Amino acid sequence: MSIEVRNISKTFGSFKALDNVSLTVKAGELVALLGPSGSGKTTLLRIIAGLEQADPGSGEILLNDEDVADRHVSARGVGFVFQHYALFRHMSVFENVAFGLRVKRRRERPSKAFIRQKVHDLLKLVQLDGLAGRYPHQLSGGQRQRVALARALAVEPRVLLLDEPFGALDAKVRKELRSWLRRLHDELHITSVFVTHDQDEALEVADQVVVMNRGKIEQVGTPDEVFHQPATEFVMHFLGDVNTFHGRVNQGMVQFSELELPFPENRQQIVGDARVFVRPYDVTIDTKTNGLPALEAKVVRVHSAGPLVRVELLTKANQYLTSEISQERFATMNIRPESTVYVRPRHIRVFAGREG
Amino acid sequence: MLPGFGLSMGFTLLYLAFLVLIPLGGLVLYTSTRITWGEFWSRAVTDPRVVAAYKLSFGASLIAAVLNGVLGLIIAWVLVRYEFWGKRLVDAIVDLPFALPTAVSGIALTTLYARTGWIGRLFDPLGIQIAYAYPGIVLALVLIGLPFVVRTVQPALEDLEQDMEEAASALGATRWQTFYRVILPNIMPSLLTGFSLAFARAWGEFGSIYFIAGNMPFKTEITPLLILIRLEQFDYVGATAIGVVMLVAAFFLLLLINLLQWWSRRHQAS
Repeated sequence: MSIEVRNISKTFGSFKALDNVSLTVKAGELVALLGPSGSGKTTLLRIIAGLEQADPGSGEILLNDEDVADRHVSARGVGFVFQHYALFRHMSVFENVAFGLRVKRRRERPSKAFIRQKVHDLLKLVQLDGLAGRYPHQLSGGQRQRVALARALAVEPRVLLLDEPFGALDAKVRKELRSWLRRLHDELHITSVFVTHDQDEALEVADQVVVMNRGKIEQVGTPDEVFHQPATEFVMHFLGDVNTFHGRVNQGMVQFSELELPFPENRQQIVGDARVFVRPYDVTIDTKTNGLPALEAKVVRVHSAGPLVRVELLTKANQYLTSEISQERFATMNIRPESTVYVRPRHIRVFAGREG
Repeated sequence: MLPGFGLSMGFTLLYLAFLVLIPLGGLVLYTSTRITWGEFWSRAVTDPRVVAAYKLSFGASLIAAVLNGVLGLIIAWVLVRYEFWGKRLVDAIVDLPFALPTAVSGIALTTLYARTGWIGRLFDPLGIQIAYAYPGIVLALVLIGLPFVVRTVQPALEDLEQDMEEAASALGATRWQTFYRVILPNIMPSLLTGFSLAFARAWGEFGSIYFIAGNMPFKTEITPLLILIRLEQFDYVGATAIGVVMLVAAFFLLLLINLLQWWSRRHQAS
């Protein structure tokens, strides 16, 4: 089922949590709402679910082309998974998962045998078969979140909404669970939206990533698009580390920090002040000049424990920047703190303006 | 943990011994050495006037504790869940019955609810008598027991994560289903504590009832009052015998409620 959000705003007191937000989620997609805290991503998710009401008179929420603004959360057919699981702590795992079926109106309520079968099927799906009799406090965080997911799926929701589903888990469990969630989605194809502040999580799991900031959507795109073609400075900053320079654009060339590079992709028709961004892995290091335009810099620190070697540099113009090079390349170069090197941005992105 | 188990445990035992166990033990000892089992039975257990008083005390205390359970839950709910002007004031008023001399509340209630009182005169034409009758006793017991329920349920409600309720609604539960399937079971241990405290307080209450009950034998004579009457007749053994019965009853009631609490809490590890 598709989700459509049209011109939704939400204010809490004087704080504008959502500012005229519109978004479309196609049926069967897995979408990530990505942003820092306070960006409005959770508020948007809760408004879609019906746990929060949008400001009066501010647009509509459509589920399968049907306006659901007046419908109570219990009648929207959405499954909601909470950050802190929100399991019923006085009920066993079985009763938690069965809850949604047991509270149905008598006419729609399935038989006891059906409920038992359904709950066990779901527990099998989330790989918790055999723990039906346990209570929430006897489970680990990862297990609790899987119970919460099974519970949400029990009522066969048309849309699955997950609020920072792995936010309260430790790093390892988190990684396991997110690839598991992706596989589960490929199996069930239920339209899903999840909120996260972790860019790796969003980029790894989602079909579409919605980057949010200060109550607005900055960019919607596939993980590839938002990572390689960030539409705004914010997206550039939020999805990974970045080196920033102040520069000027002039006749297809951008000048910054003693460098002048061609700037052919001047789609925004930038003239004058500009900000130039370079990802650390796009900063190459050489120990000698080779004729190409480069910046002379001093090595400040080297972190070689990791898949890539991180080199912190200080340019002649007194600007710090970071480079990431492969271990192999690092081994051939013999650089250490205080070495003089020549750095060259391989790929730059330019945005207009002096300050972001 | 801080050391000092020996010292604090010693203090606890000493405190309990001097304030609770020795006086109550003395009560039992005094009674058992002065009358035979048969006498005790006929005077403090089967005597019709005493039985009537037990029934009244037990029944009125139970009704008052149940009413307090409902009213106290509502008040605690309002104080925890909503923000409104004067909330602090309402919160403070809840504790007033704790501080007020019970005789004062008794007299105040009697004045209001007597046949000629401001509220009593509204009920009089309907043939409902409040002061000097059963409803008056229950009313006084509700007043003095209310803070116990509010003060025990309040923290439990504050602890209750609201997302559990949201989860229930998202799963299709109506508000009523959310209340009795999710909220109520989670606050049940605290509600039972409040209920048992209110009941225990009502079971032993004397001051406020003395003024509002009218104290007619077989009708509105509560057990603690009967003890006072025996004392005024210099029938000390008669008084202590009734006291022993009340003591035993209170002990078993509290034990029962403790078991209930343990049962309702069995799946809730912190």
